[in-house]
Amino acid sequence: MALSRSGSKLLKPISPFFSSAPSILSRSISSSNDSITVETSIPFTAHNCEPPSRSVTTSAAELQSFFRDMALMRRMEIAADSLYKAKLIRGFCHLYDGQEAVAVGMEAAITRKDCIITAYRDHCTFLSRGGTLIEVFAELMGRRDGMSNGKGGSMHFYRKQGGFYGGHGIVGAQVPLGCGLAFAQKYSKDENVTFAMYGDDGMGTAEWRAAKSPAYYKRGDYVPGLKVDGMDAFAVKQACKFAKEHALKNGPIILEMDTYRYHGHSMSDPGSTYRTRDEISGVRQERDPIERIRKLLLAHEISTEAELKDIEKEVRKEVDNAIAKAKESEMPHPSELFTNVYVKGLGVEAYGADRKELRATLP
Amino acid sequence: MATLFQGVGAVTPFSASTSLHSNKLHLPPRKSLSLSESRGAIFVHRSDARLNLKPATPKQDLLIPNAIATKGDTSTPTKSGHELLLFEALREGLEEEMERDPRVCVMGEDVGHYGGSYKVTKGLAEKYGDLRVLDTPIAENSFTGMGIGAAMTGLRPIVEGMNMGFLLLAFNQISNNCGMLHYTSGGQFTIPIVIRGPGGVGRQLGAEHSQRLESYFQSIPGIQMVACSTPYNAKGLMKAAIRSENPVILFEHVLLYNLKERIPDEEYVLSLEEAEMVRPGEHVTILTYSRMRYHVMQAAKTLVNKGYDPEVIDIRSLKPFDLYTIGRSVKKTHRVLIVEECMRTGGIGASLTAAITENFHDYLDAPIVCLSSQDVPTPYAGTLEEWTVVQPAQIVTAVEQLCQ
Repeated sequence: MALSRSGSKLLKPISPFFSSAPSILSRSISSSNDSITVETSIPFTAHNCEPPSRSVTTSAAELQSFFRDMALMRRMEIAADSLYKAKLIRGFCHLYDGQEAVAVGMEAAITRKDCIITAYRDHCTFLSRGGTLIEVFAELMGRRDGMSNGKGGSMHFYRKQGGFYGGHGIVGAQVPLGCGLAFAQKYSKDENVTFAMYGDDGMGTAEWRAAKSPAYYKRGDYVPGLKVDGMDAFAVKQACKFAKEHALKNGPIILEMDTYRYHGHSMSDPGSTYRTRDEISGVRQERDPIERIRKLLLAHEISTEAELKDIEKEVRKEVDNAIAKAKESEMPHPSELFTNVYVKGLGVEAYGADRKELRATLP
Repeated sequence: MATLFQGVGAVTPFSASTSLHSNKLHLPPRKSLSLSESRGAIFVHRSDARLNLKPATPKQDLLIPNAIATKGDTSTPTKSGHELLLFEALREGLEEEMERDPRVCVMGEDVGHYGGSYKVTKGLAEKYGDLRVLDTPIAENSFTGMGIGAAMTGLRPIVEGMNMGFLLLAFNQISNNCGMLHYTSGGQFTIPIVIRGPGGVGRQLGAEHSQRLESYFQSIPGIQMVACSTPYNAKGLMKAAIRSENPVILFEHVLLYNLKERIPDEEYVLSLEEAEMVRPGEHVTILTYSRMRYHVMQAAKTLVNKGYDPEVIDIRSLKPFDLYTIGRSVKKTHRVLIVEECMRTGGIGASLTAAITENFHDYLDAPIVCLSSQDVPTPYAGTLEEWTVVQPAQIVTAVEQLCQ
């Protein structure tokens, strides 16, 4: 099941960007479309631009959808972890749990016509762009029902109709591609933007070794930047909305999302050689994105504790069903080896290492 | 198969079907002078100064472009067609495609205001604007990646490398994104990009600026490679590459930009996967491409004087090979000589040797001889540079040895 796209129903005008007056949390009755104003956890830090305001307008329905979507993503990543340990997923698997606020917040601020391109930690972004759980698990397990027919794997998730351009294995390779997507949007005068995402490092490469200056939001020097708390979905949503408007008027802007992943870099990295378990559990207690939404839902009396637990159970069941269905999906047929290499058929023969088997004319 | 010729029919010798049964070609009988009479849209243009006096069978009535650059067309009184240099032919093809499809755009270093380092894009920026003919910074990885990203959304960019050797910096983008995205996305994204630029050994340009990248790129699955050698095929291949849905790398050669030839006025598009029969013959098949074609034709003159009859084929399509044309030739002559500018190890010739041996082993009377450049970085000194590359005299010797 695709993530609910409640963001598009809720385009209430956001409070003016440049006001610095903090607003108060207003209590409202829990009817879905009443607007609620929420304050982000910390103010934005800006470089070469005016930061947007801390108060974000949202609604009960949006809060609930955020909660559900993030819970789904979290469950999906944890399930992927177990599948990997059960050797149903092989190769590389980079998990996104802890960072769900970025995917969900970004999606709430933009449309499907805007493009997102990212690197290999792409499972949740794919889901937020309209992908289904079955496509995710089938692709991870290399089955035919995956969105790339099982030929891409964990690092190659794409969804053309959702404006999601992948899914790239080589560190940093997606950034020029993102430039190209934006170039095409400018060329066609689309009034859409591209979000090209990349991380600060890989494996155990610490921040101080990867870059001389870790103030990433200033990295572009004369390019304006904004530092955002990436564990707060509303901060992300506000920043992305601001960035989209800024980019359409003034050109590129860098958003530094201060986020945190609970798992290691990939499944082969335990994630504990360069940080302590205390640090991880500390972040989990203080900054977890789902917990933040849960507290907001409870504080505004939109849902009860029991309802939220039910949602989590439901989500868990959904994920389990999807995995079961994906397991039933078949492996790709051998002839699929040669499909989609070229677009038009060339009539050229191709065969595998054993020249006797698998002679196929490239389709 | 990729798009075919529209208009001029007699350029590529074989029809587009890959069926191995059609041995008959329906071409007008050859006249010894060029025609301007039109039968439908078929023109046969010959612009070389030599008249080939051997009567050819109708099956081999084929276009023979000039073997030597810039000879006057004394034997062609016709006024149809127009004469131009190879870089102008490339520009014409590019301009026609840009006119035809607004999604076609160019990006590269100095392609805009400067007009291109070899003047291929001269005048285009004034006509189409700075965004459509984009001057990029000196960051090959970045702008090649940008072209690929733009192609993913449906634009048809042409990325120009100022020199093919610089594209080594973009190898990551070309291999991992350009070649693979169609496959790893399960067919969702096509990358209709053309990457072109001059390569090959020039006149004392030094080692880094004399590289032959076709040997490095040939393994990348998902891309097509073509090499142009005459103004006629340059324009046709440029148009075909732009219209192709697959990523195509078009290899030009630094020394061939000033070749002059008369090309038809009508629009024509060549097939990306077909080889060109340059000179039909009986004794030996010589396979070549790009600049070496001219060395081979020079050697052919000497060989003809000595009584040999070489069949010269310009393979044009470096990936995939046109094994149909090549196979027909091998079955006729039973001897193969490959002349290329790539290095000995791992070059196009090496792959071609393997492909021919695998497929046509029974038809060979002698082992395949492959003449390639030496496995050395290209030296600066003129004499050394000459020895690195295959020269006509070596070709003559090789043919003589092969035909014993």
